[in-house]
Amino acid sequence: MTVPAETIVAMPPERGRKRNWLQSESATGLGLISPTLIYALIFLVVPILLVIANSFWTQHYLVVDRTFTLENYRIAVTDPIYRDLLMRSLWISLLVSFFTVVLAYPIAFFISFHGGRHKGLWLFLITIPFWTSYLLRVMSWKVILGYNGVLNATLMGLGITDQPSDAFLYNTSAVVITLTHAWATFAVLPIFVSLEKIDRTLIEAATDLGDGPVRRFLRITLPLSAPGIISAVLIVMIPTVGDFVTPKLVGGKDGVMIANAIQAQFGKAANWPLGAALSVTTMAVVTAIAAAVVLTIRTAARRIR
Amino acid sequence: MPERTMIEISRVTRSYGAFKALDETSLSIREGEFFSLLGPSGCGKTTLLRMIAGFDTPTSGTISVDGQPMDGIPANRRPTNMVFQSYAIFPHLNVEQNVSYGLKRLRLNPSEEQRRVEEALAQVSLGGLGKRGATELSGGQRQRVALARALVMRPKVLLLDEPLSALDKKLREQMQVELRRLQQAVGITFILVTHDQYEALAMSDRIAVMFGGRIAQVATPKEIYQRPTNCQVADFLGGMNFVKANIVEENGSTITLDTPVFGRVKTDKPVAFARNGNAATLGIRPERLRVLWDDATDKHEVAGKVVDRHYFGEITHLVIEIPGFEKPLSVTETNNFGADDIPVGAPIRLAYDPDALVALAD
Repeated sequence: MTVPAETIVAMPPERGRKRNWLQSESATGLGLISPTLIYALIFLVVPILLVIANSFWTQHYLVVDRTFTLENYRIAVTDPIYRDLLMRSLWISLLVSFFTVVLAYPIAFFISFHGGRHKGLWLFLITIPFWTSYLLRVMSWKVILGYNGVLNATLMGLGITDQPSDAFLYNTSAVVITLTHAWATFAVLPIFVSLEKIDRTLIEAATDLGDGPVRRFLRITLPLSAPGIISAVLIVMIPTVGDFVTPKLVGGKDGVMIANAIQAQFGKAANWPLGAALSVTTMAVVTAIAAAVVLTIRTAARRIR
Repeated sequence: MPERTMIEISRVTRSYGAFKALDETSLSIREGEFFSLLGPSGCGKTTLLRMIAGFDTPTSGTISVDGQPMDGIPANRRPTNMVFQSYAIFPHLNVEQNVSYGLKRLRLNPSEEQRRVEEALAQVSLGGLGKRGATELSGGQRQRVALARALVMRPKVLLLDEPLSALDKKLREQMQVELRRLQQAVGITFILVTHDQYEALAMSDRIAVMFGGRIAQVATPKEIYQRPTNCQVADFLGGMNFVKANIVEENGSTITLDTPVFGRVKTDKPVAFARNGNAATLGIRPERLRVLWDDATDKHEVAGKVVDRHYFGEITHLVIEIPGFEKPLSVTETNNFGADDIPVGAPIRLAYDPDALVALAD
């Protein structure tokens, strides 16, 4: 009698545990993320691992030598061309994220604080530029900034200049202007969300304690919207470092960025390992800079009292 | 103490379109008074408080603080400070930084600022918690920080918007006592908005009861509880038995009513008694009726039978049907004599105090 009794006692908990795990939160969570997870593993993690592997190999014309070498990294880090291109890309991306946030913040602020019942409509209007392709928008900046472009025609028509200038297009500022325009909406949304989350009574409390509109913005609204600013900066900065379409179309020779060099190595130059090493170096540097920017904004927000 | 007027509200109206949140309201609040605005939600009490603070503007009428008309003066330049219902503790600042927030603008020297912050924290029994982060505080502590943050500004008037509603019962009762003690210690005029009649009764010097954008009665807690002006006020402040009556005689300060069972009752006429034909209502609080046990007798007694019984621990509510009354009477009895064991359906006799009968305008 004791043996079956034991079996009966022993069985249910085991079965129960199994059923419990399948119904547990972690199982449900895993189930929900697995399609995305599998997709990300195949199309993100595997390619990145391939790129990293490539960066340690050597290209000999049509064959790839798979012996481990750090030569590509030596070139990527020490060759002045790549170093300058990387520095310029970082500088452009920092400028773009700065201007994007400066332009997007007032828009997000207006919608959040004065949008009234029409917040949804305002956000919808903001997305209108996205109805046209990115390429088309870059091309239209060419039309605006070009030698025979809208800007030159306007300046001449107003009598400010007497001949068209070629100073607007094919340089760094053209890249900055174009990218800032392209990314502004992406910056509006996270800032808007963080402003929406601010409890309006906090602003009333600041007013009650004697702060006028400017002081309460600097002491309450701005520091509390820091998470939104951080997301906006990251969303803009990280992809712009790697952008190659805009510099190619409006950058000229002064606007070439690191991604153009990487593209060249994977394309015409047919040196995948060097391209891979440049990519990995860029990723590492961007990660470091992004972390530094996040820390700086956080510290600045905490400093405001 | 000289009775100086601190807040003068004269004929203030606040309309939102056709809806009047506050309708031609006038009110004087004295210096150093603990004043409560009591009423159900939507009665205009919070609107009035926010207009005193400067977060809302009267559609017409004037609010003066300490003799100064507040028309056109923004909230940040008024000598009032507010404790918000949600406390509105700045989440990115610690306790000390929250409390010193308003002082920064005054540019005090650091030691003076520190002294005032510590004094304010000590007043609300939060000494030593200055470095605690705002998000690490309990509900009661947040409430104290909000209080210290307002008190440190030494306002002429402290406005409290339902400050205790988010606390649990025990903490709320403790804070009622503390708030009252604090107000007496600092001597600042406190204006409390609440929908909890016990809170208002326990803490205030005077109470204004508001309904539908109008003030129904302004009086001391005792007066407002014992001598409410009308049925609405009487009902809002606690249980009340209403008995239909006819006006027999009305002169000067007294009124005589004719009621079934209680007979003719001569009583003080309520302030602003608005006669509406011959009908009026006679009210008596459930705790002013007393059960006559065994063969005890009283000069004033009525007989009936128990129809329901609700047990509340220290007391029992009895519902008693009296022949001649439309509605049964509620009686509150302490459980000393077995009110909790009285069977439903049992005959019962009640004694009443004629002085506890109040005439109410309908």
